[in-house]
Amino acid sequence: MIVTNIETVPGMQIVKHLGLVSGNTVRSKHAGRDFMAGLKNIFGGELKGYTELLTESREEATKRMVEQARAIGANAVVNVRYSTSSVAAGAAELFAYGTAVVVE
Amino acid sequence: MYDLLIFLILLLLGYVFGQRAEKRHFRSIIEREKALRDILVFSERRIPDEDQLEGTLVSGNVVISVDFFKRFVAGLRNLVGGRVSSYESLLERARREAILRMKEAARRKGATAVWNLRLETASIHKGAQNGIGAVEVVAYGTAVRQRR
Repeated sequence: MIVTNIETVPGMQIVKHLGLVSGNTVRSKHAGRDFMAGLKNIFGGELKGYTELLTESREEATKRMVEQARAIGANAVVNVRYSTSSVAAGAAELFAYGTAVVVE
Repeated sequence: MYDLLIFLILLLLGYVFGQRAEKRHFRSIIEREKALRDILVFSERRIPDEDQLEGTLVSGNVVISVDFFKRFVAGLRNLVGGRVSSYESLLERARREAILRMKEAARRKGATAVWNLRLETASIHKGAQNGIGAVEVVAYGTAVRQRR
């Protein structure tokens, strides 16, 4: 499965469009991470726990999108976009979407 | 009285450690930017001469928090308006760091360039009483390398 965020797959031809596929996940942070984040709010600096959490969530959203694409018979997803929205205090939704295509 | 004392201590701690952390971070950013300069990044979508290339999505993200002192200064700035330089440097650090991590991911994949760079910013801690607190920046793009 090839994933790109441009309209094409470099070096390949798109032979068939299969429509939009998407994947999402909603995550919330746990108390331990929140405590460390509270400390960092005094000293400043990177919140490593949050960075990891968001990286994992984004990978999860991408994985779901790719699974959906695979299920409808695609071998690539082009024009992928990520978006983040906070649903409630302490929870965020990570969303990935793109166009499923067949390339040769 | 004790409240004020604690507040002043927090302010001082934030100033001392925050400044130090920021300086160190900028130094490391500049150093790594030098090392990764050969990976070119474009925000252009069309890749010229793409026949001999292959591409894949790469991304990098970072969550950075502002220190207590800077948040206090930004709060004061809110009263009179104008440039909030403490948040400007926070976002600059976050963006450059995210792009660097994306480039590192591109290097691990053996890529020579990244096309269609997208940057997205989200504020974490929304809804908490103390405002912005932390920002997340994610950078992503299509890394390309010569077809093997």
